[in-house]
Amino acid sequence: MDVFLQQLMNALQWGSFYALIAIGYSMVYGVLMLFNFAHGDIFMVGAYIGFFVSSGLLALNLGSVIGLSTGVELGLVLVLTLIISMLLNSIVGMGVERIGYRPLREAPRASAAITGLMIGIILETANLALLGPQRRSFPELIPTTTITIAGASVTNKKILIVIVSLVLALLVHQFVQRTKWGMAMRAMAYDYVVVPLMGISSDRIALMTFAIGSALAAAAGILFGIAYPVLDPNMGILFGWKAFVAAILGGRGSILGAALAGFLLGFIEIFVTMIFPSTMRNLIAFGIILIILTFRPHGFFGEPFSAQLRL
Amino acid sequence: MKTKKIFRLTLLLVIATLICTACGQAAQPTIKIGVNAPLTGDIPKVGEGSKFAAEMWLEEIGGELEVGGQTYPVELVIEDNESKAESAASVNQKLITQDEVLAIVGPQSSKQAVPAGGAANDGQTPMVSPWSTNPNTTLNRPWVFRTPFLDSFQGPAVAKFVTEEFGFTKAGVLYDIASDYPKGLADYFKQGWEDIHGEGSVVAFESFTTGDTDFSAQITKIKESGAEFFFTPQYYNEVALIVQQARELGFNQPIVGSDSWGSAELLNLCGEDCYGLFYSSHYLAENPTGEAKEFIEGYEEKYGYVPDDVGALTWDTMHIIERAINECGEITGDIEADRTCVRDALANIKNFEGVTGTMTFTEEGDPIKCALIIKIGDDGSKSVYEQTCPEE
Repeated sequence: MDVFLQQLMNALQWGSFYALIAIGYSMVYGVLMLFNFAHGDIFMVGAYIGFFVSSGLLALNLGSVIGLSTGVELGLVLVLTLIISMLLNSIVGMGVERIGYRPLREAPRASAAITGLMIGIILETANLALLGPQRRSFPELIPTTTITIAGASVTNKKILIVIVSLVLALLVHQFVQRTKWGMAMRAMAYDYVVVPLMGISSDRIALMTFAIGSALAAAAGILFGIAYPVLDPNMGILFGWKAFVAAILGGRGSILGAALAGFLLGFIEIFVTMIFPSTMRNLIAFGIILIILTFRPHGFFGEPFSAQLRL
Repeated sequence: MKTKKIFRLTLLLVIATLICTACGQAAQPTIKIGVNAPLTGDIPKVGEGSKFAAEMWLEEIGGELEVGGQTYPVELVIEDNESKAESAASVNQKLITQDEVLAIVGPQSSKQAVPAGGAANDGQTPMVSPWSTNPNTTLNRPWVFRTPFLDSFQGPAVAKFVTEEFGFTKAGVLYDIASDYPKGLADYFKQGWEDIHGEGSVVAFESFTTGDTDFSAQITKIKESGAEFFFTPQYYNEVALIVQQARELGFNQPIVGSDSWGSAELLNLCGEDCYGLFYSSHYLAENPTGEAKEFIEGYEEKYGYVPDDVGALTWDTMHIIERAINECGEITGDIEADRTCVRDALANIKNFEGVTGTMTFTEEGDPIKCALIIKIGDDGSKSVYEQTCPEE
């Protein structure tokens, strides 16, 4: 039983990252009918921004300047890092939209998807060229404490990661469901052609979608750095692909669907490893997803058909 | 009109080519040595160590070698293989056909060295890998050599050490199944462990694939299996993550590593989590004497850190190639004849005294060397804990 509980905790943490990144994929896919394949690399950029912001903040030595205890200082640094990095990364995301995707708004969707792949490669290689290939060690923002609950070891990091991810996912969901901007986004997802005629600027909605997705990716990047403190320029590639699978599994444009599918993917990966030889992890995990998609081709919360499929 | 222009241009090109070939022949042949290293990708620190050691060698010889009374300029052709198997093979092909190098140093990790060794053997160009320990790199390849020991020796040596040191009987293994080096070494370790403790004494044999960052599921399984320690033959960036996650999951038993842990970067990434652990290695920059001292101090002064395994092994590799070229006696300028000559000289090298030990190549092109067991101290210092040598 305690093994099960332990793996459950492992899966919750692992799924959190998929969930946060999948939401970004899903929003862009929903609103613009666009596979933003650069999203995994935007996550990578977010992690690096988080690395530099937190290192910078730590170097400022706020604790001794204002007179805070180490614990409070680290907490403050973490919160500031999250906020600043999310802002900066949303600017990166908007830049990608403006430079990479907007000129191709009317082009065939395949061209836009290819653009995404290219932007991804540009971000990776730019990072390599600017920062060099060596790994970065993410600063320790949370001193680890391990708690044992019913035989399962849980760290304070794990709990924080899961909670922050859930809160962010719910916030975005509320934003899309309750605000006027959110309504505009949903309208765009429903009908791409008519909505701009109603006085809604599609360019602005596109920018906003990218900004929110990239902010979430930055949060995921920082949490990732806290959990796995070795950053490298290619960290977003495989991770991005898997999160993309989660986004499709969740259903087009569905935020809760993407989050749910992200967690599900984490669970499948961890529990497959628990039951079968770990060699077969990806084989079985993605086999299961293939079966799910066979029976639910539109994902969990996807519409059976969309008014404007621009493929 | 247009055809005339094209014709003229072509003519010009042909003439230019002819002139250049002529001037190329007149010049003295340059000794070119290729370095095929992972300067980017998963293990950039390894590529950097090799590159630095090779450049230091070039500086030491002053950019030229005297062979048979004549001085030839020496040039290093350093290429990046991105730490990928297919890139390593194509880099070798480029070095062989385009740059026409006399010999190749690298690639470092077995994942690249195994396919690249095939390319070198087919291209009949001598290649010496300074770090690859997987037996397949040199197996049935007369043109391929190496300077480190073999995993078929290293795996059982670690198993023997853990048995004697801790008295454990149940082992766990965590390795990357998509990479030749960890996969091969994990198998040799398992064999060695089961030879001592019998079938089924490796209670957890868990794997992941290159690029994974979360090992929590596998480590939980290892912990649950009752393993008293686990062996993880991974590269420095993964070791940092594995050790940290094991501790967070409450696995407080020893974690043992292999020669891939011996990177200058390991403790920068792993920090205190790695203190007190053991791994097997080729060499340690501790109390060096003679030439080793010169190399270690020179390297540290130049690049700001103590050279790690791959740096020292590359240094030895460069000198072995230098010795082979010297023993050749002459550089004819006919690249095929020169390559054959260097290969034969390499195969005949006896008792080469290097920084990492004395080397004589076996028929397969592998040296017989001892392994060191290194302990990472509680203050982050490394020290030799034990030495194990292959039985004669």
